[in-house]
Amino acid sequence: MGLERSEIHGILKEKFGDAVLEDHVEAAEPFVVIRPDAWEEIAFFCRDDQRLRFDLLSCLTGVDYPDRKVIELIYCLDSTPNRHWLVVKAALPRDNPRIASVESVWKTMDWHERETFDLLGVTFEGHHNLTRILCAEDWVGYPLRRDYVMPETYRGIKNVIY
Amino acid sequence: MTLENLNPDPLIKDVVFLQTVDDLVNLTRANSVWPLTFGLACCAIEMMAVGASKYDIARFGSEAFRATPRQADLMIVAGTVTHKMAPRVKRLYDQMPEPKYVIAMGGCVIRGGPYVKYGYHVVKGVDLILPVDVYVPGCPPRPEALLEALFKVQKLMKREKILDRTRRTTKPEVYVPQAV
Repeated sequence: MGLERSEIHGILKEKFGDAVLEDHVEAAEPFVVIRPDAWEEIAFFCRDDQRLRFDLLSCLTGVDYPDRKVIELIYCLDSTPNRHWLVVKAALPRDNPRIASVESVWKTMDWHERETFDLLGVTFEGHHNLTRILCAEDWVGYPLRRDYVMPETYRGIKNVIY
Repeated sequence: MTLENLNPDPLIKDVVFLQTVDDLVNLTRANSVWPLTFGLACCAIEMMAVGASKYDIARFGSEAFRATPRQADLMIVAGTVTHKMAPRVKRLYDQMPEPKYVIAMGGCVIRGGPYVKYGYHVVKGVDLILPVDVYVPGCPPRPEALLEALFKVQKLMKREKILDRTRRTTKPEVYVPQAV
């Protein structure tokens, strides 16, 4: 069966050293915080290392923290052969959130990254088609940001009625 | 009305029945409503239940859900209409031949439902983009409620006049659909 969460975190820290910024193994849902520029390398390692074998990235989401001036991405990695999983967080600057696309690592990230781009405005460098996926293509703004203001009208349809 | 007061030949008295064309056309139309196969969200599940054996909309002549708007005369808007979906819904409505009827099924379609205040992407009522004949409240409405709405549509259909096509005197708010 799979590795304990502390063992997985240990493997990552041993391999990537200071690219793993924080290790919260004591949290209710343990997670590591990584340096965003190392993410692609870490992603390939997580997928290909025989001890880890994270073959599925089950969820990508993000949270906007205006007070810390960051947008934090949360990647949930799952290993179907080893039956363990891992949560990776990456904090991006709020004024210019950019991170490498891992679409080449997990194909499913195509739509996940488009969704995060759509709702939070994070740019995934290297994504082959980074366009809006849920909102209409001419939508303005990123709805999951805390300072988002809903449009009064959209294409002539009244949007705010109360 | 029968031919009694016209004093007809007793041979045809029993087999000829006089009726206005309006009534006859409306009777046939109202008992064979063809809805558009078209569901947007969870209300569509209840709409499917109405079509299935337990509630069986076929009892009221309305089981022929058409896959093209050009053959349909009833649009059941079942589910949340988003701004991205609105031009498509409007286009389907425009493609339906007159006379056509619209049932707004569920809270989302009536006034945005739970998304009425913070749902940035939800059209706050499908009547902002097309005229609605019958509103069915509920989240989602029970199948019986949708059947009741069908009966109301049938009543409306029986008021049609073949020479008067201006049934709708009020126009909805102008909205020009464009594909995104």
